[in-house]
Amino acid sequence: MLGGSGSFVTAFVASVVEAIEMVTIVVGVGSIRGWRSTLVGAASGFAVLVVVGAGLGTALTALPIDVLRLVIGSLLLVFGLQWLRKAVRRVARKGLAGDDDEELESGEGGEQRLGLDWTAFVLAFKGVLLEGLEIAFIVVSFGTAANQIWLAAIGGGSALVLVATLGAVFHGSLGRIPRSVLILVVGLLLSTFGTFWAADGLGVNWPGGDLSLLVLLGFYVLAATSLVLVERRVVGGHTAGATA
Amino acid sequence: MRRIGDWLVAFGRFWWDFVVGDDWTIAAGVIAALAVTYGLVHGDARPAWWLLPLGSVTLVAVGVRRADRREQEAAPSAEERSRDSAESPGS
Repeated sequence: MLGGSGSFVTAFVASVVEAIEMVTIVVGVGSIRGWRSTLVGAASGFAVLVVVGAGLGTALTALPIDVLRLVIGSLLLVFGLQWLRKAVRRVARKGLAGDDDEELESGEGGEQRLGLDWTAFVLAFKGVLLEGLEIAFIVVSFGTAANQIWLAAIGGGSALVLVATLGAVFHGSLGRIPRSVLILVVGLLLSTFGTFWAADGLGVNWPGGDLSLLVLLGFYVLAATSLVLVERRVVGGHTAGATA
Repeated sequence: MRRIGDWLVAFGRFWWDFVVGDDWTIAAGVIAALAVTYGLVHGDARPAWWLLPLGSVTLVAVGVRRADRREQEAAPSAEERSRDSAESPGS
């Protein structure tokens, strides 16, 4: 019995990690840039995933996942660092509460295509596609190894449904968080995942595997805090100089 | 033929604006950091996990300073502001 449920449990636990990464990106981007474009992007990513999964089946493992990780990770890192730069300047000037009425409002710098905020669409699309592919790889790998592909598929699917439901239930509470904090947090998360995936795609061995994501996040939090403190002194110096 | 050319230029410009944004140094820096990381991993087989996080933080710090400098250059100096307010008819 335990052997029978083994591939379900393994696929479920491994997929939960990937699903958390996926839902974190979607909820974070949706909270800042607006939900419509983010959800359309997430749904499009999921649709591509279903088509690729149905088309390739167990041949999914032949896809060059390292190249996908490198490309998607690099793009997320570039976006993440740009958001982090804006967040550091904003928090240094206005504090974490900030003003919600200006340049980093939802849609800022966002190219509009087909009535959608393209930034939100692409970030959600890529997050869902990459993480969804990783869940599919987990399911196919564990499922074929144990010859229990359906049990593994149910495990991976359950993990995704559980984490997505939790994300949907708690996303409303994000509306009460100041926008400056959200921009900072999403910048930190995109930079963390982007760094991890891009380096992983190049063949870097992260000490501790997936756990190094937490260390990376802690490193970026410390770095962002230091940059905000330095920038606050710089801004204070400019203001004092201008009023003198 | 010309329409295709215009479309390709617009397509390229869109992706440039979309990915590179208002500070090209971040995208260029990430590419450079990835290239060096690749060299370390596949050339010398040395641990290279530290390079991208350190490089990224450096890029943000440089980006913040560049944005500050641009803002300072665009803003009028205190002397210019006091001269403008002295010359304005309402003052």
